[in-house]
Amino acid sequence: MAWQWFHRLGSPRWFYQNTGAWLPWLALASVLLLVLGAVWGLGFAPQDSKQGNSYRIIYIHVPAAFLALAGYYIMAISGAIGLIWKMKLSYLVMRAAAPIGAVLTFISLLTGAVWGKPTWGTYWVWDARITSMLILLFLYIGVIALSRAFVREQVADKACAVLALVGTVNIPIIYKSVDWWFTLHQPATIKLTESSSIDASMFYPLLTMIIGFYCFYAWTLLLHTRNLVLQREWRTSWAQQALRGEPLAAGK
Amino acid sequence: MHPVRKQRLILVIVLVALSSAAVGFVTYAMRNNMNYFYAPSAFAAGEVPFGQHIRAGGCVVPGSVVRAGDTLDVRFAITDGDANVEVVFDKILPDLFAEGEAAVVTGTLQRDGTVRADQVLAKHDENYTPPEVAESMGANASCGNGAKT
Repeated sequence: MAWQWFHRLGSPRWFYQNTGAWLPWLALASVLLLVLGAVWGLGFAPQDSKQGNSYRIIYIHVPAAFLALAGYYIMAISGAIGLIWKMKLSYLVMRAAAPIGAVLTFISLLTGAVWGKPTWGTYWVWDARITSMLILLFLYIGVIALSRAFVREQVADKACAVLALVGTVNIPIIYKSVDWWFTLHQPATIKLTESSSIDASMFYPLLTMIIGFYCFYAWTLLLHTRNLVLQREWRTSWAQQALRGEPLAAGK
Repeated sequence: MHPVRKQRLILVIVLVALSSAAVGFVTYAMRNNMNYFYAPSAFAAGEVPFGQHIRAGGCVVPGSVVRAGDTLDVRFAITDGDANVEVVFDKILPDLFAEGEAAVVTGTLQRDGTVRADQVLAKHDENYTPPEVAESMGANASCGNGAKT
Protein backbone atom coordinates (compact mmCIF):
# COMPACT_ATOMS: atom_id res chain seq x y z
CA MET A 1 0.00 0.00 0.00
CA ALA A 2 1.31 3.37 -0.98
CA TRP A 3 -0.05 5.08 2.10
CA GLN A 4 1.44 2.68 4.63
CA TRP A 5 4.40 4.90 5.54
CA PHE A 6 1.96 7.65 6.33
CA HIS A 7 0.01 5.48 8.74
CA ARG A 8 3.16 4.28 10.40
CA LEU A 9 4.15 7.92 10.94
CA GLY A 10 0.87 8.31 12.75
CA SER A 11 1.64 5.62 15.30
CA PRO A 12 2.12 7.23 18.71
CA ARG A 13 4.65 4.62 19.71
CA TRP A 14 6.77 5.07 16.58
CA PHE A 15 6.66 8.83 17.13
CA TYR A 16 7.62 8.58 20.78
CA GLN A 17 10.51 6.22 20.10
CA ASN A 18 11.99 8.14 17.21
CA THR A 19 11.63 11.75 18.19
CA GLY A 20 13.44 11.37 21.51
CA ALA A 21 16.79 11.45 19.73
CA TRP A 22 15.98 14.75 17.96
CA LEU A 23 15.30 16.67 21.14
CA PRO A 24 18.88 17.42 22.27
CA TRP A 25 19.84 18.60 18.77
CA LEU A 26 16.86 20.89 18.49
CA ALA A 27 17.51 22.19 22.00
CA LEU A 28 21.15 22.85 21.19
CA ALA A 29 20.34 24.58 17.89
CA SER A 30 17.64 26.79 19.41
CA VAL A 31 19.73 27.84 22.42
CA LEU A 32 22.78 28.59 20.25
CA LEU A 33 20.84 30.52 17.63
CA LEU A 34 18.73 32.44 20.12
CA VAL A 35 21.72 33.45 22.25
CA LEU A 36 23.73 34.39 19.15
CA GLY A 37 20.84 36.31 17.60
CA ALA A 38 19.94 38.12 20.82
CA VAL A 39 23.52 39.20 21.62
CA TRP A 40 24.11 40.20 17.99
CA GLY A 41 20.80 42.02 17.61
CA LEU A 42 20.64 43.68 21.02
CA GLY A 43 24.34 44.39 21.48
CA PHE A 44 26.06 44.72 18.15
CA ALA A 45 23.58 45.64 15.45
CA PRO A 46 23.57 49.39 14.76
CA GLN A 47 20.88 51.76 16.02
CA ASP A 48 18.04 52.76 13.75
CA SER A 49 18.45 56.25 12.34
CA LYS A 50 14.97 57.33 13.49
CA GLN A 51 13.94 55.06 16.33
CA GLY A 52 17.29 54.72 18.05
CA ASN A 53 17.48 51.64 20.24
CA SER A 54 13.76 51.00 20.60
CA TYR A 55 13.64 49.25 17.23
CA ARG A 56 15.58 46.34 18.75
CA ILE A 57 12.33 44.82 19.97
CA ILE A 58 11.99 43.68 16.34
CA TYR A 59 14.32 40.80 17.26
CA ILE A 60 11.59 39.33 19.46
CA HIS A 61 8.46 40.77 17.87
CA VAL A 62 8.94 39.63 14.28
CA PRO A 63 10.09 36.04 14.97
CA ALA A 64 7.26 35.57 17.50
CA ALA A 65 4.69 36.87 15.01
CA PHE A 66 6.14 34.68 12.22
CA LEU A 67 5.81 31.56 14.32
CA ALA A 68 2.39 32.54 15.62
CA LEU A 69 1.14 32.54 12.01
CA ALA A 70 3.12 29.51 10.81
CA GLY A 71 2.14 27.61 13.97
CA TYR A 72 -1.50 28.19 13.21
CA TYR A 73 -1.11 26.40 9.88
CA ILE A 74 0.68 23.55 11.66
CA MET A 75 -2.25 23.30 14.07
CA ALA A 76 -4.92 23.50 11.36
CA ILE A 77 -3.20 21.08 8.95
CA SER A 78 -2.67 18.59 11.80
CA GLY A 79 -6.36 18.91 12.57
CA ALA A 80 -7.24 18.29 8.92
CA ILE A 81 -5.03 15.20 8.77
CA GLY A 82 -6.71 14.00 11.97
CA LEU A 83 -10.16 14.48 10.47
CA ILE A 84 -9.33 12.81 7.16
CA TRP A 85 -7.15 9.90 8.30
CA LYS A 86 -8.54 9.56 11.85
CA MET A 87 -4.98 9.78 13.07
CA LYS A 88 -4.58 10.07 16.84
CA LEU A 89 -1.07 11.47 16.73
CA SER A 90 -2.08 14.22 14.35
CA TYR A 91 -4.74 15.42 16.78
CA LEU A 92 -2.13 15.43 19.54
CA VAL A 93 0.16 17.65 17.45
CA MET A 94 -2.81 19.97 16.94
CA ARG A 95 -3.49 20.08 20.69
CA ALA A 96 0.19 20.69 21.43
CA ALA A 97 0.43 23.54 18.92
CA ALA A 98 -2.42 25.54 20.45
CA PRO A 99 -0.84 26.78 23.72
CA ILE A 100 2.53 27.39 22.05
CA GLY A 101 0.87 29.47 19.35
CA ALA A 102 -1.17 31.36 21.93
CA VAL A 103 1.96 32.30 23.88
CA LEU A 104 3.76 33.42 20.71
CA THR A 105 0.76 35.52 19.64
CA PHE A 106 0.64 37.08 23.08
CA ILE A 107 4.38 37.85 22.93
CA SER A 108 4.03 39.56 19.57
CA LEU A 109 1.05 41.62 20.79
CA LEU A 110 2.85 42.57 23.99
CA THR A 111 6.14 43.50 22.32
CA GLY A 112 4.20 45.43 19.70
CA ALA A 113 2.44 47.43 22.41
CA VAL A 114 5.71 48.14 24.23
CA TRP A 115 7.25 49.32 20.95
CA GLY A 116 4.16 51.25 19.91
CA LYS A 117 4.23 53.59 22.89
CA PRO A 118 7.58 55.26 22.11
CA THR A 119 7.16 54.98 18.32
CA TRP A 120 3.52 55.74 17.55
CA GLY A 121 2.62 57.40 20.81
CA THR A 122 0.08 54.76 21.89
CA TYR A 123 0.09 51.20 23.18
CA TRP A 124 -2.90 50.05 21.22
CA VAL A 125 -5.06 51.00 18.27
CA TRP A 126 -7.85 49.05 16.63
CA ASP A 127 -6.35 48.90 13.17
CA ALA A 128 -6.76 45.87 10.89
CA ARG A 129 -3.35 44.30 11.64
CA ILE A 130 -3.53 44.54 15.41
CA THR A 131 -7.19 43.56 15.63
CA SER A 132 -6.76 40.51 13.39
CA MET A 133 -3.77 39.48 15.49
CA LEU A 134 -5.96 39.72 18.61
CA ILE A 135 -8.52 37.49 16.85
CA LEU A 136 -5.71 35.00 16.26
CA LEU A 137 -5.05 34.96 20.02
CA PHE A 138 -8.75 34.32 20.65
CA LEU A 139 -8.74 31.50 18.07
CA TYR A 140 -5.82 29.83 19.83
CA ILE A 141 -7.51 30.27 23.21
CA GLY A 142 -10.73 28.91 21.69
CA VAL A 143 -8.97 25.75 20.53
CA ILE A 144 -7.41 25.29 23.98
CA ALA A 145 -10.77 25.78 25.69
CA LEU A 146 -12.58 23.50 23.26
CA SER A 147 -9.97 20.77 23.71
CA ARG A 148 -10.92 20.58 27.38
CA ALA A 149 -14.66 21.08 27.02
CA PHE A 150 -15.64 17.49 26.24
CA VAL A 151 -15.60 14.35 28.37
CA ARG A 152 -14.71 12.24 25.34
CA GLU A 153 -11.40 13.35 23.92
CA GLN A 154 -12.22 12.06 20.44
CA VAL A 155 -15.14 14.49 20.25
CA ALA A 156 -12.92 17.33 21.45
CA ASP A 157 -10.32 16.44 18.82
CA LYS A 158 -12.87 16.79 16.01
CA ALA A 159 -14.36 20.00 17.37
CA CYS A 160 -10.91 21.59 17.74
CA ALA A 161 -9.93 20.55 14.22
CA VAL A 162 -13.06 22.15 12.76
CA LEU A 163 -12.49 25.38 14.71
CA ALA A 164 -8.81 25.46 13.71
CA LEU A 165 -9.71 24.94 10.04
CA VAL A 166 -12.38 27.63 10.03
CA GLY A 167 -9.89 30.03 11.60
CA THR A 168 -7.30 29.57 8.84
CA VAL A 169 -8.99 32.37 6.88
CA ASN A 170 -7.57 34.78 9.45
CA ILE A 171 -3.93 34.05 8.55
CA PRO A 172 -3.90 35.61 5.05
CA ILE A 173 -5.97 38.47 6.46
CA ILE A 174 -3.32 39.18 9.12
CA TYR A 175 -0.54 38.86 6.58
CA LYS A 176 -2.09 41.10 3.93
CA SER A 177 -3.98 43.50 6.22
CA VAL A 178 -1.25 46.13 5.99
CA ASP A 179 -1.46 46.08 2.19
CA TRP A 180 -5.23 45.83 1.76
CA TRP A 181 -6.22 48.58 4.16
CA PHE A 182 -4.80 51.72 5.72
CA THR A 183 -3.34 50.66 9.05
CA LEU A 184 -1.18 52.30 11.67
CA HIS A 185 1.06 49.24 11.56
CA GLN A 186 3.71 49.55 8.87
CA PRO A 187 3.87 47.16 5.87
CA ALA A 188 6.12 44.12 5.94
CA THR A 189 9.84 44.82 6.21
CA ILE A 190 10.99 41.36 5.13
CA LYS A 191 9.68 40.62 1.67
CA LEU A 192 9.92 37.33 -0.11
CA THR A 193 9.82 38.60 -3.67
CA GLU A 194 11.79 41.86 -3.48
CA SER A 195 14.68 43.11 -1.42
CA SER A 196 13.91 43.73 2.24
CA SER A 197 13.76 47.28 3.51
CA ILE A 198 16.09 46.62 6.42
CA ASP A 199 19.82 47.15 6.37
CA ALA A 200 21.88 43.96 6.12
CA SER A 201 23.67 44.68 9.40
CA MET A 202 20.27 44.57 11.15
CA PHE A 203 18.80 41.82 9.01
CA TYR A 204 21.28 39.00 9.69
CA PRO A 205 20.72 38.98 13.47
CA LEU A 206 16.99 39.07 12.75
CA LEU A 207 17.31 36.09 10.42
CA THR A 208 19.29 34.26 13.13
CA MET A 209 16.50 34.94 15.61
CA ILE A 210 13.83 33.76 13.16
CA ILE A 211 15.64 30.46 12.49
CA GLY A 212 16.25 30.16 16.24
CA PHE A 213 12.55 30.66 16.93
CA TYR A 214 11.72 27.97 14.35
CA CYS A 215 14.06 25.52 16.11
CA PHE A 216 12.63 26.50 19.48
CA TYR A 217 9.13 26.00 18.14
CA ALA A 218 9.95 22.53 16.82
CA TRP A 219 11.59 21.65 20.12
CA THR A 220 8.67 22.73 22.31
CA LEU A 221 6.11 21.24 19.92
CA LEU A 222 7.87 17.86 20.05
CA LEU A 223 8.21 18.00 23.83
CA HIS A 224 4.58 18.89 24.30
CA THR A 225 3.34 16.32 21.79
CA ARG A 226 5.42 13.61 23.48
CA ASN A 227 3.81 14.48 26.81
CA LEU A 228 0.36 14.28 25.27
CA VAL A 229 1.22 10.92 23.67
CA LEU A 230 2.16 9.51 27.07
CA GLN A 231 -0.93 11.03 28.69
CA ARG A 232 -3.22 9.39 26.17
CA GLU A 233 -1.41 6.08 25.84
CA TRP A 234 -0.42 5.57 29.46
CA ARG A 235 -2.44 2.35 29.74
CA THR A 236 -0.44 0.59 27.02
CA SER A 237 2.53 -1.51 28.00
CA TRP A 238 5.03 0.47 25.91
CA ALA A 239 3.97 3.73 27.54
CA GLN A 240 4.26 2.15 30.99
CA GLN A 241 7.75 1.05 30.03
CA ALA A 242 8.62 4.53 28.81
CA LEU A 243 7.23 6.10 31.98
CA ARG A 244 9.43 3.82 34.09
CA GLY A 245 12.35 5.03 32.03
CA GLU A 246 13.11 1.66 30.47
CA PRO A 247 14.35 1.55 26.87
CA LEU A 248 11.66 0.55 24.42
CA ALA A 249 12.07 -2.53 22.27
CA ALA A 250 12.19 -1.66 18.60
CA GLY A 251 8.62 -1.87 17.42
CA LYS A 252 6.63 -0.69 14.54
CA MET B 1 -6.58 6.97 -1.31
CA HIS B 2 -9.46 5.22 0.36
CA PRO B 3 -12.83 6.53 -0.91
CA VAL B 4 -14.02 7.36 2.62
CA ARG B 5 -10.87 9.40 3.30
CA LYS B 6 -11.20 11.10 -0.05
CA GLN B 7 -14.73 12.08 0.89
CA ARG B 8 -13.54 13.48 4.21
CA LEU B 9 -10.73 15.35 2.43
CA ILE B 10 -13.30 16.96 0.14
CA LEU B 11 -15.41 17.84 3.18
CA VAL B 12 -12.45 19.53 4.87
CA ILE B 13 -11.65 21.51 1.72
CA VAL B 14 -15.30 22.58 1.38
CA LEU B 15 -15.34 23.61 5.05
CA VAL B 16 -12.27 25.81 4.64
CA ALA B 17 -13.43 27.23 1.31
CA LEU B 18 -16.93 28.10 2.51
CA SER B 19 -15.84 29.67 5.80
CA SER B 20 -13.14 31.64 3.97
CA ALA B 21 -15.66 32.83 1.42
CA ALA B 22 -18.07 33.89 4.18
CA VAL B 23 -15.39 35.88 6.00
CA GLY B 24 -14.15 37.23 2.68
CA PHE B 25 -17.58 38.58 1.74
CA VAL B 26 -18.05 40.15 5.17
CA THR B 27 -14.69 41.92 5.07
CA TYR B 28 -15.32 42.99 1.48
CA ALA B 29 -18.66 44.47 2.47
CA MET B 30 -16.98 46.31 5.34
CA ARG B 31 -13.93 47.32 3.32
CA ASN B 32 -14.38 51.02 4.03
CA ASN B 33 -14.64 50.44 7.76
CA MET B 34 -11.53 48.26 7.69
CA ASN B 35 -9.41 51.30 6.97
CA TYR B 36 -7.95 52.83 10.08
CA PHE B 37 -7.91 56.32 8.60
CA TYR B 38 -8.98 58.42 5.63
CA ALA B 39 -6.40 59.51 3.10
CA PRO B 40 -6.30 63.24 2.32
CA SER B 41 -7.80 62.62 -1.13
CA ALA B 42 -10.91 61.20 0.59
CA PHE B 43 -11.28 64.61 2.27
CA ALA B 44 -10.94 66.34 -1.09
CA ALA B 45 -13.57 64.02 -2.56
CA GLY B 46 -16.00 64.92 0.22
CA GLU B 47 -16.21 61.37 1.61
CA VAL B 48 -15.43 62.40 5.15
CA PRO B 49 -18.35 63.46 7.40
CA PHE B 50 -18.21 66.77 9.26
CA GLY B 51 -18.36 66.93 13.03
CA GLN B 52 -17.77 63.21 13.59
CA HIS B 53 -14.78 61.54 15.16
CA ILE B 54 -12.59 60.48 12.24
CA ARG B 55 -8.95 59.69 11.53
CA ALA B 56 -6.76 61.07 8.81
CA GLY B 57 -3.41 59.67 7.78
CA GLY B 58 -0.71 60.85 5.48
CA CYS B 59 2.67 62.35 5.15
CA VAL B 60 3.45 65.52 7.09
CA VAL B 61 4.19 68.05 4.35
CA PRO B 62 7.78 69.32 4.77
CA GLY B 63 7.76 72.98 5.78
CA SER B 64 4.12 72.99 6.78
CA VAL B 65 4.56 72.65 10.56
CA VAL B 66 3.82 75.95 12.29
CA ARG B 67 4.13 76.12 16.06
CA ALA B 68 2.66 78.86 18.23
CA GLY B 69 5.30 80.67 20.25
CA ASP B 70 3.58 80.67 23.63
CA THR B 71 1.33 77.55 23.61
CA LEU B 72 1.52 73.96 22.44
CA ASP B 73 -0.72 74.78 19.49
CA VAL B 74 0.65 73.41 16.27
CA ARG B 75 -0.62 73.43 12.73
CA PHE B 76 0.54 71.18 9.90
CA ALA B 77 -0.65 69.64 6.65
CA ILE B 78 -0.71 65.98 5.70
CA THR B 79 -0.74 64.73 2.15
CA ASP B 80 -1.05 61.55 0.11
CA GLY B 81 0.43 63.17 -2.97
CA ASP B 82 -2.95 64.11 -4.43
CA ALA B 83 -4.50 66.33 -1.77
CA ASN B 84 -3.60 68.07 1.46
CA VAL B 85 -5.46 68.31 4.75
CA GLU B 86 -4.71 70.96 7.37
CA VAL B 87 -4.52 69.74 10.95
CA VAL B 88 -4.58 71.78 14.16
CA PHE B 89 -3.46 70.20 17.44
CA ASP B 90 -2.90 71.52 20.94
CA LYS B 91 -1.12 68.72 22.80
CA ILE B 92 2.35 67.20 22.85
CA LEU B 93 3.40 65.56 19.60
CA PRO B 94 5.00 62.07 19.67
CA ASP B 95 8.80 61.90 19.51
CA LEU B 96 8.88 60.43 16.03
CA PHE B 97 6.58 63.06 14.58
CA ALA B 98 8.54 64.95 11.93
CA GLU B 99 8.16 66.68 8.61
CA GLY B 100 8.39 64.16 5.82
CA GLU B 101 7.23 61.35 8.12
CA ALA B 102 3.80 59.77 8.16
CA ALA B 103 1.29 60.57 10.90
CA VAL B 104 -2.22 59.49 11.80
CA VAL B 105 -4.45 62.06 13.51
CA THR B 106 -7.77 61.52 15.27
CA GLY B 107 -10.18 64.41 15.44
CA THR B 108 -13.16 66.11 13.85
CA LEU B 109 -13.38 67.71 10.43
CA GLN B 110 -14.34 71.39 10.73
CA ARG B 111 -16.43 73.30 8.23
CA ASP B 112 -13.35 75.18 7.05
CA GLY B 113 -11.75 71.90 5.99
CA THR B 114 -9.23 71.60 8.81
CA VAL B 115 -9.10 68.66 11.18
CA ARG B 116 -9.12 69.60 14.87
CA ALA B 117 -7.08 66.73 16.29
CA ASP B 118 -7.22 65.36 19.82
CA GLN B 119 -4.59 62.70 19.14
CA VAL B 120 -1.62 62.59 16.80
CA LEU B 121 0.25 59.32 16.27
CA ALA B 122 3.47 58.89 14.35
CA LYS B 123 3.23 56.16 11.72
CA HIS B 124 6.54 54.46 11.33
CA ASP B 125 7.55 53.15 7.91
CA GLU B 126 8.95 49.70 7.20
CA ASN B 127 12.51 50.89 6.65
CA TYR B 128 15.27 50.22 9.12
CA THR B 129 18.62 51.86 8.48
CA PRO B 130 21.65 52.62 10.64
CA PRO B 131 22.32 56.38 11.06
CA GLU B 132 25.46 56.35 8.86
CA VAL B 133 23.63 54.67 6.00
CA ALA B 134 20.68 57.07 6.32
CA GLU B 135 23.09 60.01 6.20
CA SER B 136 24.94 58.77 3.15
CA MET B 137 21.63 58.22 1.35
CA GLY B 138 20.99 61.91 1.80
CA ALA B 139 17.29 62.66 2.21
CA ASN B 140 16.09 61.25 5.51
CA ALA B 141 12.40 61.80 4.85
CA SER B 142 10.51 58.58 4.24
CA CYS B 143 7.56 60.08 2.41
CA GLY B 144 6.44 63.38 0.96
CA ASN B 145 7.68 62.80 -2.56
CA GLY B 146 4.23 61.64 -3.48
CA ALA B 147 4.87 58.30 -1.81
CA LYS B 148 1.85 56.44 -0.50
CA THR B 149 1.93 56.03 3.25
